[in-house]
Amino acid sequence: MDVQYVYRCVMKKPLGYRSDFMDEKITQKDLSNDLSENSKGSYNIYICGVGGQGIIKTSIIIGETAMNNDLDVVMSEIHGMSQRGGVVSTELKIGPSKSSIIEEGTSDILLAFEPLEAVRALHKTNQNTALVLNTSPIVPFNIMDSEHPYPKIQTILSELGKNSRQVYALDAEKMAREAGHILSLNMVLLGGAAAIDGFILDKEAIIKSMEKNLPPKSMEINLKAFNQGYDAVKQQINLENK
Amino acid sequence: MNLEQIVKGEPGEKLFLLGNEAAVRGALEAGISVAATYPGTPSSEIGDVFSKIAKKADVYFEFSINEKVALEVAAAAAAAGVRSFTFMKHVGLNVASDSFMSVAYTGVNGGMVILSADDPSMFSSQNEQDNRHYARLANVPLLEPSNPQEIKEFMKYGFELSEEFKIPILLRTTTRVSHMRGIVELGEIQSKSKKGYLEKNPAQYVPVPATARIMHRELVEKMDKLQEIVNDSPLNQIFYQGQEIELKNIDTEKNKFQGKIGVIASGSAFNYIIDVIEEDNLDIPILKLGFSYPLPEDLILQFVSGLEKVLVVEEVDPIMEKDIWGLLGKRGLLKEVNGKLDHTFPMIYEYNQDIIRESLEKASIDTGIDLSNDLHNKSEIGHSDLELPQRPPTLCPGCPHRAVYYAIKKARENLKIDEKDLIFPTDIGCYTLGIEAPYKAADYLLSMGSSIGTSCGFSRATDQNIICFLGDSTFFHAGIPPLINAVHNKHKFVLTVLDNRTTAMTGGQPNPGLPVDGMGELAPEISIEKIAKASGAEFVETINPLNIKKTASVYERALKHDGVAVVISKYPCVLIKGQKPVKKALLTVDQGKCDGCMDCVSQLACPSISLNKEGDVEIDQLTCNGCTVCVQMCNEKAIRVQK
Repeated sequence: MDVQYVYRCVMKKPLGYRSDFMDEKITQKDLSNDLSENSKGSYNIYICGVGGQGIIKTSIIIGETAMNNDLDVVMSEIHGMSQRGGVVSTELKIGPSKSSIIEEGTSDILLAFEPLEAVRALHKTNQNTALVLNTSPIVPFNIMDSEHPYPKIQTILSELGKNSRQVYALDAEKMAREAGHILSLNMVLLGGAAAIDGFILDKEAIIKSMEKNLPPKSMEINLKAFNQGYDAVKQQINLENK
Repeated sequence: MNLEQIVKGEPGEKLFLLGNEAAVRGALEAGISVAATYPGTPSSEIGDVFSKIAKKADVYFEFSINEKVALEVAAAAAAAGVRSFTFMKHVGLNVASDSFMSVAYTGVNGGMVILSADDPSMFSSQNEQDNRHYARLANVPLLEPSNPQEIKEFMKYGFELSEEFKIPILLRTTTRVSHMRGIVELGEIQSKSKKGYLEKNPAQYVPVPATARIMHRELVEKMDKLQEIVNDSPLNQIFYQGQEIELKNIDTEKNKFQGKIGVIASGSAFNYIIDVIEEDNLDIPILKLGFSYPLPEDLILQFVSGLEKVLVVEEVDPIMEKDIWGLLGKRGLLKEVNGKLDHTFPMIYEYNQDIIRESLEKASIDTGIDLSNDLHNKSEIGHSDLELPQRPPTLCPGCPHRAVYYAIKKARENLKIDEKDLIFPTDIGCYTLGIEAPYKAADYLLSMGSSIGTSCGFSRATDQNIICFLGDSTFFHAGIPPLINAVHNKHKFVLTVLDNRTTAMTGGQPNPGLPVDGMGELAPEISIEKIAKASGAEFVETINPLNIKKTASVYERALKHDGVAVVISKYPCVLIKGQKPVKKALLTVDQGKCDGCMDCVSQLACPSISLNKEGDVEIDQLTCNGCTVCVQMCNEKAIRVQK
């Protein structure tokens, strides 16, 4: 897919309709295939996990990449209790949407930093949503008193498989450690998202925006983590296609 | 992005800004000279940004002791002729409301904007009050931006308007606008004189009965004049079929709306309704009110004149809806209005596109949605029947509050007080998390500082033992008058000041108990202990809460004290940034000694203590802060500090 082509298609237009950005070279069908399977207006990315995993930073990098490539973008972040082990989620809409909340069932990508949170976010997805998730769990502190146990990872994966045709599971914690630091976990997952077929942003453009948002001294590790995530998802996609 | 870009960014440059960050840039572009706040989510980041950039931007900024003082600092600056900005969460305006009502009367000389960040759906608040009521209560103009770019532009507009009409402006955001990130194109930063001068004029600035009567008349006259300009304000816009219709063409363009359904919306509610209308190609014109009070009556009347019915889309209370009913009644017009009053839209919580679609269907408005289309086929939406454990927020590993809760439990057991005979009035802060098991240390809460005031009431109305909690910042904010009240009126309870050396819940802002101010400069440190003693309390003790045995014994004595006992639990929050940790103790569990009593797991509920696959107690050394509370409470001495 020609990324520049897609950029032109969703170029910022105040209050425009899809038809406004139609290029004579492409049909409506091409557009919906290339841009967003799920939503008429924008390319939707739902990101969720637990406080402290670097979710906000990752989301800002995606948003800034979109902005720097002349795409319109809005983002919502809910993190009132983020530093205290609570759930953190962000919603990014790249395209002409005014609202920053993703409608039920209309995410193009669900990027889950924690397996349990992936299941909790399923209401934002549909069969065509690509799910990229980290398989290392963060068990809630109160699990001893919890009415429901933490599900087995296999149970989670099969539940996700029932809901989406594209599930890409990564042990992002392990990959981050291999890259050099556990805190590069968010870049592993960002790399994984960037590898999805039809992801709206170009890999190199994302890396540029990473450089502006991450400390220079950790860039090497973060880049390594990003590439590991990217390669791992690409590999899973190639296997599927065989 | 580096936050400095908010000051350094050039006109025309685009930044991906949080609504709260855009508010700061808007204030700078308007050339403000003074900004003051008390931190409160969802407005907290505005203060955090000012705190970092105020010096560079040549602005005076302070974290005031509470919202009332913050508003007063800003009001005085505006009286002296410079532009000032104060901002707070919605309930903060309740605290500031006394002076807020008066500054509407006195008016201003330099521009003054008061930003209220409301919290529909209560992501981090005790209520979801709609502060648009305050504009009506005080009789001041109200602006309602829908996104970060608008926050910045509306700020500038607000300052101009305030200065022209000599009236403070209320700018109302909601969580979804304050915490929305979007592309913001920067404008020029105006350079304005930073020092003002108060021209003495008591008739203008001192509302005593004789002058206040004149002031009120003047206020009403100002609002009458604003009523004339609001109809043409560029903040009010009409959108129809993907185009904006210029207000000056409304006379001719409104014919297109003949017999149609029309929408009047504001704030983030506008975002949801326009997305639904645009995506579903609905033939519905929208009037967006960015400048919504005084109500643009002529504009509304023109907009609705040919409509078959009107939908009012607003969060949270049916405020515009009632005003519109009133306006129609005043003009003797009969028109159907759908909104909250007829239950088309929900009465509570924030909206989103899904709620809007449902509501449109309820109002029998043909949304033209093709249900066979995947997009709106609910069965296509992902779902799971798995029962999932919840993930409630909790006190951090090493949090000193946990140690206090545990020590109090020990003290209660030692004194043989029944669990139900010890009650815990609590306050606004992290310690509200004590509501959860196993602590269950939260029995009553109203507002900032209410722990002490309500303890006064409980101590007279019951014979139960009382231990109340409030933090250091909350103590300064609203705890001192009720403490004096408690001593003077001879009440009996234990007051715990959880002094964790920061305003933790909102992200770690300084408070008067610290030797640093909002600009990052050295400042006199105010002693809570001295204040407590000066208030007349005879029992005042400062403890290190991590010493469980001593803490428990202090509480035993405090509970026996006949009067107000003040216990100051002084230990820094583990989240304070840049804090050099004392050499962290590495804790391990000696499985040979552990008898599996599970007290550490079930009574402390520390996120770092868990059971591994074999069912053994395990301490996660990565997250553990080495507070050693678990070491002290383990009866078998199985938890040890690794040598």
